Amino acid sequence: MNDTKTMPTSKGNRRPYVSPRSRLPIAVPKQRNRSGWQLTRWIGLSLFSFWLLVALFGPLLAPYPMGAFVSDQIYGGASTAHLLGTDYMGRDMLSRMLTGARYTVGLALVAALLSSLVGAGFGMLTVLLPRWLEESVRRIFDTLISIPSKMMALVMVSAFGTSIPLLILAAVLSYAPGSFRIAHSLAKNLSTLEYVQVARTRGEGRLYIAAVEIFPNMIQPVLTDMGMRFVFIVLLLSGMSFLGLGVQPPVADLGSLVRENIGGLSQGALAVIAPALAIGSLTVGANLLIDSLSNSRDNQKE
Amino acid sequence: MQGESLIVRDLDICATPPGEDERTIVNQINFALKPGEVMALIGESGSGKTTIALAMMGYARRGCRIAGGSVQLGETDILTLSAVETRALRGHRVTYIAQSAAAAFNPSRRLMDQVIESALIHGVMDRQQAQQKAIQLFGELALPEPEHIGDRYPHQVSGGQLQRLMAAMALITDPALVILDEPTTALDVTTQVDVLRAFKRVMRERGTTALYVSHDLAVVAQIADHVLVLQAGEEQEQGPIGQILDNPGHAYTRSLLAAARPETRAPSGPQSSGDELLRIDDLQVGYGRCDRNGLPNNVVLDHIQLRIDRGQALGVIGESGSGKSTLARAVAGLVAPSRGEVQFNRRELSQTLRGRTPDQFRRIQIVFQSADNALNPAHSVRRLLNRPLETYFQMSRDARRQRVEELMDLVKLPRTLLDRKPRELSGGQKQRVNLARALAAEPDLILCDEVTSALDTVVGAAILELLAELRRELGVAYLFISHDISTVRSLCDDVMVLYQGECVEFGPCSTVLNQPQHDYTRKLIGSVPELQPGWLEGCQWSTHTQPSTAPV
Amino acid sequence: MRDSLFGLVLGRLASSLITLLMVSLVIFAITSLLPGDTAQQVLGQFATPEQVEALRAQLGLNQPPLLRYWQWLSGFATGDLGRSASNGVDVIQLVNDRLPNSLLLAAITTVISVPVALIMGIAAAMRRGGMLDRTLNLITLSMVAVPEFLVATLAVLIFAVQLGWLPALSYVSTVDSLGAFMKVYAMPVLTLCSVLIAQMARMTRAALIDQLDSAYVEMARLKGVPPMRRVLRHALPNAVGPIANAVALSLSYLLGGVIIVETIFNYPGIASLMVDAVSNRDLALVQACAMIFCGAYLLLVMLADLCAILSNPRLRNR
Repeated sequence: MNDTKTMPTSKGNRRPYVSPRSRLPIAVPKQRNRSGWQLTRWIGLSLFSFWLLVALFGPLLAPYPMGAFVSDQIYGGASTAHLLGTDYMGRDMLSRMLTGARYTVGLALVAALLSSLVGAGFGMLTVLLPRWLEESVRRIFDTLISIPSKMMALVMVSAFGTSIPLLILAAVLSYAPGSFRIAHSLAKNLSTLEYVQVARTRGEGRLYIAAVEIFPNMIQPVLTDMGMRFVFIVLLLSGMSFLGLGVQPPVADLGSLVRENIGGLSQGALAVIAPALAIGSLTVGANLLIDSLSNSRDNQKE
Repeated sequence: MQGESLIVRDLDICATPPGEDERTIVNQINFALKPGEVMALIGESGSGKTTIALAMMGYARRGCRIAGGSVQLGETDILTLSAVETRALRGHRVTYIAQSAAAAFNPSRRLMDQVIESALIHGVMDRQQAQQKAIQLFGELALPEPEHIGDRYPHQVSGGQLQRLMAAMALITDPALVILDEPTTALDVTTQVDVLRAFKRVMRERGTTALYVSHDLAVVAQIADHVLVLQAGEEQEQGPIGQILDNPGHAYTRSLLAAARPETRAPSGPQSSGDELLRIDDLQVGYGRCDRNGLPNNVVLDHIQLRIDRGQALGVIGESGSGKSTLARAVAGLVAPSRGEVQFNRRELSQTLRGRTPDQFRRIQIVFQSADNALNPAHSVRRLLNRPLETYFQMSRDARRQRVEELMDLVKLPRTLLDRKPRELSGGQKQRVNLARALAAEPDLILCDEVTSALDTVVGAAILELLAELRRELGVAYLFISHDISTVRSLCDDVMVLYQGECVEFGPCSTVLNQPQHDYTRKLIGSVPELQPGWLEGCQWSTHTQPSTAPV
Repeated sequence: MRDSLFGLVLGRLASSLITLLMVSLVIFAITSLLPGDTAQQVLGQFATPEQVEALRAQLGLNQPPLLRYWQWLSGFATGDLGRSASNGVDVIQLVNDRLPNSLLLAAITTVISVPVALIMGIAAAMRRGGMLDRTLNLITLSMVAVPEFLVATLAVLIFAVQLGWLPALSYVSTVDSLGAFMKVYAMPVLTLCSVLIAQMARMTRAALIDQLDSAYVEMARLKGVPPMRRVLRHALPNAVGPIANAVALSLSYLLGGVIIVETIFNYPGIASLMVDAVSNRDLALVQACAMIFCGAYLLLVMLADLCAILSNPRLRNR
């Protein structure tokens, strides 16, 4: 459902007589536009790499243990002892967020990677399969894509109870189909191109064609797509945690931190705003980065 | 309104490619036209001819900028007009006919609405008058059912008709200047004649001043009074058409003329050895589901018989939709015929890829039209050439290195290009790599599918030269598919004329192309414009003389 | 000629129906077949085998899975959605109470967000590369990635806590004046709209720019057609299909967003009903809600496809 990104289409030039360059190969941005893209790229890159570093090293830097009750004050404001204040039970928010970020980023990365692996893998392989098998795989993914991601997660949690592997599975079931669709249509378009035909008339096997002729030309769009899936999965999983149906105590990701401290909202507690902003800056950063990268690639292609 | 005079002085246009600095793409262009005259801008792709033509409307495409000079149409200095004044000028006093009418018509609006739109928004006349005038123009342009064709949508009429409808759209406001941007390039030759004739008549009758952009000197010779030859945004030469054709002053003009007039070589290769290489018997190819008799829904090729001897070149000519590419694909095994037999080296060739032996794969190679899509953009030239050496000959690393360099020499490419990716090569270079890859297999037969069509004439002529030379040296046979009769004439021994999927004439080039027997062949050959003003008037062919479809 | 269009529409309807059936199969499989023995779970570990067996018979768990699926599905068709496990009320009753609230919320959001998004998208496409476009791009690009609960918490913080205009996190059941209506709906609608508008505006812009880059729009420009007319008369009719698709996709996103929003604002809609059902593992209720959401999603996508089919001149007039 989220695969509305631009897809490269095959430029099968059916008309042989059109003069080769009816349009000058000069397009888009003027000088100032480029600096605009550069700006969003830098914002995106710094936000995203910041959270990546936090996920990697955050727990090491945490001033207190995650579960330790360190203050008498609940919903405490920012102070030198507690940079991000304290939570509803008087625990240090900074320490909890440094650990929570690892769950948020880590789970989403794993799920995004699996989604793309499953989706893109099937997408590429089905092109080589017999027609009826390709159709049935497509039908299955089409069914899965018709179930909104939160629905899938909720239904699965209601049936099996929540756990980290289940959340990852739900995310993969929701997001692999989109990945499949994009990879499938990419591979389908590529497989009609003339260099693939040439390889076929050379007597190359299916596997060679998939791995050597098709795959290298779809890496970039598939990676971009994986980036977008990462963003959506962060939103899905923190949403589930926010509903209390995601990561369960004593472990907490950023979404659970928002939920735990929602009671402090009426007093404007830092404990609820900080994790919410953290998720926002992670997803916005990742989105800006992906967008600027795919934009610059489009320009190069022109 | 009659045509007006046009004076262009010191026109400069700059472009800013993404990620690069601005550079000048059109440099110091000067020319002048009297009312009613037609000027042709001739040049190859990238020569800036369309960019100049669009500047006559005060328009520069995204990323381009008109940097200096003046364009004077009658009393108006076009480049100094305000945005509103420019808009009032476009589509009213200066109008435009685009290359691809299929793309330039809005798919969701009726043709009539689009044809009369400019007359209405510029307040030239009211709807009723405009529609009447449009219908009159449709008639003059020899469109069928002039009263009703305007009620259709663009996808409901043919390409040649669309091009004429676009002419009606351009002429409805009686413009002072019409710009024609390769208006017949996307059409088949037999359609082109009709469209050219219609254009010429209405323009002459109205005394329209026109700027005609083209890469085809023969077409220009029919319609233009003056020619301006462009290369890389600079003028090479300008003068009356007769002078340019008969007495070209500039070396570049001469090379253009030479490429447009390929001399008819005597069949150059080893004369037909009599040793049969490929024989096709009663071939039928179709798409779609097969019915009870095994006849496919949509038959593209039928009753095809042919024979190619070792070292022989067979040309296949036909217009779009004649099934000529399908023939190559069937021989290559990419589509399975529904009937008929293909013999290669006197052994039956399996209809599908699966049933073919590695040796058969090696001996038949295919080279496609668009070198852009025929070379995998992810691989370097070396890797592209290595692969056939690996699969067919299991060569060692060193042997491959040496062979790849030989191949580069063979197609006359510098070895320094070996480590480049296809996108870093020019169109001609890509096509040479494409050929080198086929040659790496040391094939007996190369299927060439429109290999020069996407290239500029001069570059295409060089590729043809190379093909002829390779044939002489290596004794390779060609199945050479083309829509362009002159390329077939210059390369092939035998020729086969395809019309709607059937062979209408087959025989030695010299016979078929010089004394065509079938109506369609005559029409096809007679429709190719000659480099000679006045040819169009003498040409007797038009769509109204339909050839009989029965094959001989 | 007409027949083929009719056939196309009919084919699209049929394919939606098949997809819905397959979706129902997936939902039923996850909730009823895979989790194992419901009777054992309900009774706990210390139940005697006889008790378990009795419950199995009572719940119909001894029947073959396909029959159970069929019974469940035909129950759906006749309005018998089963009985809620947590309070014994008929599921249809619970749904009937809550569904209108959710529909109202969705309707208000749609009515506000669609026009705003279309105008924003069209304006950005017309001023491509300009200040307005770049600003909107940065804003919408950020907004699409923002979680709803961040928008909601910030909205509460600003409008309820700081400014004190609106009640925080509370739902007034009696809406008797416009003021009360605003108080109830302002923040939920605002939250939903912010993400939704950003998404739709981006997709509208992209669809329109595709058309504005085409040769026929350049042709219109060279005919002296003014910019506004170029966009509205030339480009927009050809962008209807993609835009309808964008709207449907975004509205289906609303289905996910509404779950968070109803929960955070204690809004008595079907989404919060479902969240509660999931927490209580009330499977009959979860199944019903999931089917409603998936059905709504499929309906939206199908409507968008029909829009695209009907707006395509090649299909409309052959």
